[in-house]
Amino acid sequence: MSEYQLQEIPVGPYKHLVSERAVSGETMILNMGPQHPSTHGVLRLVLELDGEVIVNCIPEIGYLHTGIEKNMEAKTYLKAEVMTDRLDYMNNMGNNLAYVMAVEKLVGLDVPPRAQALRVILTELQRIASHLVWLGTTALDLAAMSVFLYCFREREIILDIFEMVSGQRMMVTYFRPGGVWRDVPVEFEAAVRDFIKLLPKRIDEYEALLTKNPLWLDRTVGIGKLDAATALQHGVTGPMLRASGVNWDLRKARPYMGYEQYDFNVPTDTKGDTYARYVVRVQELRESLKIVEQALDKLPMGPVRSDNRKFVTPPRSEIGTSMEALIHHFKLWTEGFPAPKASIYSAVESPRGELAVYLEGDGGPKPYRVHWRTPSFDNLSVVPQIVRGHLVADLIAILASTDIVLGDIDR
Amino acid sequence: MDTKLEKIVQTLQEKFGATLEEFRGEAHVFVKPEHIIEALTLLRDAHEFALLSAMTAVDYWPQDASRPRFHVIYQLTSLARNLSVQLRVPVNGSRLKVPTATGVFAAANWREREIMDMFGIEFEGHPDPRRILLPDDLDGHPLRKDFPLGYEEPQFTFNFEEIDVRKPYVKE
Repeated sequence: MSEYQLQEIPVGPYKHLVSERAVSGETMILNMGPQHPSTHGVLRLVLELDGEVIVNCIPEIGYLHTGIEKNMEAKTYLKAEVMTDRLDYMNNMGNNLAYVMAVEKLVGLDVPPRAQALRVILTELQRIASHLVWLGTTALDLAAMSVFLYCFREREIILDIFEMVSGQRMMVTYFRPGGVWRDVPVEFEAAVRDFIKLLPKRIDEYEALLTKNPLWLDRTVGIGKLDAATALQHGVTGPMLRASGVNWDLRKARPYMGYEQYDFNVPTDTKGDTYARYVVRVQELRESLKIVEQALDKLPMGPVRSDNRKFVTPPRSEIGTSMEALIHHFKLWTEGFPAPKASIYSAVESPRGELAVYLEGDGGPKPYRVHWRTPSFDNLSVVPQIVRGHLVADLIAILASTDIVLGDIDR
Repeated sequence: MDTKLEKIVQTLQEKFGATLEEFRGEAHVFVKPEHIIEALTLLRDAHEFALLSAMTAVDYWPQDASRPRFHVIYQLTSLARNLSVQLRVPVNGSRLKVPTATGVFAAANWREREIMDMFGIEFEGHPDPRRILLPDDLDGHPLRKDFPLGYEEPQFTFNFEEIDVRKPYVKE
């Protein structure tokens, strides 16, 4: 037997998850991943196959587990934030937002309106960037190579904006408890305006390539149908849930950071298949642009950080002249600020769904327990349900349409 | 707290003798392990809490033996009524068993596996009790407070070999 031949996996550990036919050797158990271009990260799928038809699919996760929850317990509230960027590496601003909102809720800290508007602009840009990566990689998986290149071209502009405001393209850590790191530079507004003028035309181009493309329709329509009841049972949220006909968006249902001021729609679809998920995400791109434009129009002037010195470090300019500022700076960066002995649960709408932080304080400067409720985790858990009876090639389409990020799942 | 939620919490208190804690407008309802499945089913069927948003646990070690060491947390969301409620189940360190909620919410399947993996709490009747994130041969449960945060000894040229012998990874 050559070493390149397909090798079956022993049934042993999966005996309770596969059908009787696998035990008798009638169906095959094969491995897909963890290093596979279409699993969007290090995800391993154990597939029970009857010819090319999937009988059962067992996701094996944890290859990207970094122990962030445990690590955060050993850091102060300010220092732990750096790790949030690394969770869902397609949604760095959104992770920052979820975390700082949790800290603010725990200690009871207010955020100035300008910082709130900046947070909205940047998380919506991040949502666009994340959806662009999703669109590009999904199209690539389904053999539409050029869309990938176009999407990454546009995403690059967003990453340049992030670099302009935070100094980093991806690991931004730009939002801080009580505001943002510092005000945006003067070029920021023009750069974002150029982008929101450019993108609608580009989205039209992507749609011209895909939306009515017969090959695209063949691969997506009716593939991986997910009904609303199954989705809710499995804790599915975000565009995946909305494509199944449930109108649930935390930005609308429980507005945070002033989302109630902006006029936008929550795109939904009722078909719940891979194509519906594509349609919903493309519409979300346009809705996010609307939010960015409105937030930019309304962007108030004023401070970008709370002036509560017990939680927010003073600006650099004060340190040279004020004794208190120096003490606060020193105390906050060495010891950190204490949080009450209590727990909160704070959720935001990430590009993938409900991203939430369970944060518990113990009266000291370090979190007692941090738990990340990550949307990809639940969104992946429904995949075994919806791939049954499909071909292996369709599994790739379904998996791409769930928009999972393994950093988000494994934490 | 929302008035609609108050009524629901009252029902829980009457039926299961649950206790309530409030913080920043959130309702944390403490339920005994033996009542948790009934409570979850009641919330899902009678009060439209269709989504098990999150499920996790907290370790309160060191704690004197008489008090529960762990809390298992169920965060429920009602989409229809736009409400949230948190159920907390105290689990004693000497009997680490909670009935599984997979029959009520399918989302509990992986969440419970994660808690099993990270805290070593057993969910009775779980259909697939394997580790989920960590390797099968790992000793211990990392999110417990008595599990030390890992540390790897740095190797330099002068002591590379010496430290390499002590490193835990598999050697050729």
